[in-house]
Amino acid sequence: MSLFSNTAVLLGKELRTEFRSRELLTTTVVFILVVVVLFSFTFDASSAESRRFAASLLWLAFLFAASLMLQPCFLREQSNDTLSALRLSVKDPFAIFAAKLSANTLFLLLTELLMLPVFSVLFNVPVFPVFGQLVVVLFLGSLGVSIAGTALSAISAQARMRELLLPLLLLPLLTPVLVASTRVTLALLDAEPYMEWKGIGFLIVFDVVFLTALWLFGEYLLEE
Amino acid sequence: MTPAAISPVGIRFENIDKRYGGLYALRRVSLEIAAGECVVLAGRNGSGKTTLLRIAARLVRPSSGSITFLDKKNGAITAASQTGFVAHATMVYDELTAEENLLLFAELLGIAEPAARTETLLAEVGLTDRRKSLVRTFSRGMRQRMAISRALLNEPSVLLLDEPATGLDPQGMSWLAGSLRQMRDAGRTVLMSLHGESEISALATRAVRLEAGSVIADTQTGASLPSILTFAGA
Amino acid sequence: MKKHALASAVVFLLLGAAAYGALFVAPTEKTMGTIQRIFYLHVSSAWTGLTAFFICFLANLLYVWRREPRWDWLAVSAAEVGLVFTTVVLVTGPIWAHPVWGIWWTWDARLTSTFVLWLVYISYLLLRTLVEEPDRRALFSALFGIFAFIDVPLVFGSIRWWRTQHPQPVVMGGSGSGLEPTMWYVLLFSWGAMLSLMALLVRARFEFEAVRGETELVRREAEGA
Repeated sequence: MSLFSNTAVLLGKELRTEFRSRELLTTTVVFILVVVVLFSFTFDASSAESRRFAASLLWLAFLFAASLMLQPCFLREQSNDTLSALRLSVKDPFAIFAAKLSANTLFLLLTELLMLPVFSVLFNVPVFPVFGQLVVVLFLGSLGVSIAGTALSAISAQARMRELLLPLLLLPLLTPVLVASTRVTLALLDAEPYMEWKGIGFLIVFDVVFLTALWLFGEYLLEE
Repeated sequence: MTPAAISPVGIRFENIDKRYGGLYALRRVSLEIAAGECVVLAGRNGSGKTTLLRIAARLVRPSSGSITFLDKKNGAITAASQTGFVAHATMVYDELTAEENLLLFAELLGIAEPAARTETLLAEVGLTDRRKSLVRTFSRGMRQRMAISRALLNEPSVLLLDEPATGLDPQGMSWLAGSLRQMRDAGRTVLMSLHGESEISALATRAVRLEAGSVIADTQTGASLPSILTFAGA
Repeated sequence: MKKHALASAVVFLLLGAAAYGALFVAPTEKTMGTIQRIFYLHVSSAWTGLTAFFICFLANLLYVWRREPRWDWLAVSAAEVGLVFTTVVLVTGPIWAHPVWGIWWTWDARLTSTFVLWLVYISYLLLRTLVEEPDRRALFSALFGIFAFIDVPLVFGSIRWWRTQHPQPVVMGGSGSGLEPTMWYVLLFSWGAMLSLMALLVRARFEFEAVRGETELVRREAEGA
């Protein structure tokens, strides 16, 4: 079970470094805030309309934020060649991905939960009656974003123009997550909220498919 | 350096080829290093020293050929926990403290008592006072001590060092030479790449010169060492 | 050379026959009229594009497994040719849609999925231009290609379930979307003709890529020396 213990140790390291500097979390929160506020200028956020658009705006903001937040994931392992140190120390290289994607999911979820009240006020949509269900869809969506994003950030870290490349590779691939998460959120923000189970199931399928692909091909992403 | 008994391990490279996009970084390198030897790899930048060391560390897969680790009776053994690697970069996290870094890698490696091992190593490299400081605040010499202590975590029988002397001040140089001598005398096999002659190259029992990915000279005696190190204007 | 000319001639004969079939053999569709004949080009291009992307996916897997440059050459050739065919789909779609529905673009599931697919493979080609070292370029683009192709059914599923505004019961659009047998024959024949064209293009592109790979190697050797 060295995979689990290695993942746990590495996750601890990711969390410790992030909570020490809080660079990633602060910048992401501010970025989402800027996007959400800018969105609200581009149309009249009156109640009926905003209910229809709110879910898509929210998820677009999260997706753009994620594509920026995932940039340093493998890049910061390059400066001191720490990725090699990790490869020499773990038994299963999947532990490196598992830890990074868990940390990214957690960071994304945290920023999203911080932004929800702000969003609720600005767009006049009640999020608290359906808070529990929202957390479920936010988690499943962020997990999908993090799995694909962690894998692709290992690729983009090796290329030129990497800051532009990651969103370019990642966002089209995340179309299914965007569509399904928006759909579920839309149903939850409806005047008569309901759970769109088909969307939840779809998100689970996406997460499982990409996690399996990463498990199968992850070690090649770390080759030098 | 460490009290634990070192089981001597040798390395055998057989017909190693490494191509990057069709270009040869190493071409038909065959080299046998006996247990306990201290070997210097010499050669210009781009001659393949780093690639050979990274292949020995199992970070790079050779395009063809094989590498085997040998016990005292020249029987093949598994390499997993036998090597310690000091790269050109420090391979430790700047944003963690000295202690946290060593603890992290000790736990990943599954070492029995990570805290105790970390403490011993920090004392050995003389960083106990600074164990709570972030590596970011360390000097080049202290970083090199960190790099070496990380490589020693699993008590490796084979130590691989890529340009360990680069950027060290005279004091750091003597420290490195001293600890390398201890490691050699403890029975560890040492394979390191070096630039030019120094206190450290004087430790070598053998020198191998690479050029354009091939071994062009291999000398066992200490006497001809300087010539092989400086050969062709290294 | 002779074999090439012969193959090209056969492909052009097949394409001519397919065009003849689409324009003169297939019956005119009752409600849409003559414009519906673009369907044979539109749908067969879509299927051919998908086939090319599937070839790209197989080549990607083979590259990761075998690490032989030829699989990388095949992957990039298939991806580029697949992009050409999907471009045809994206262009003929609006030409068909405008007279029939009165709008140029419909966010129909298949058309939209094709568009997303087109974007994904554009980024695949872009990634290739941004990694210098040939082995790394081949490996990373192969891995991205694998993730991309795995994504295809998910993209299609999500859009089909939640984004379709115009259900389009022509082929495989659910129950009651029957095509007349003659229409089926012409469609399948067109697909066959398109597949042969794709094979010809991929082959030519592959040979070009092989030469380009060799040239790159010589150039890198010269620079390295």
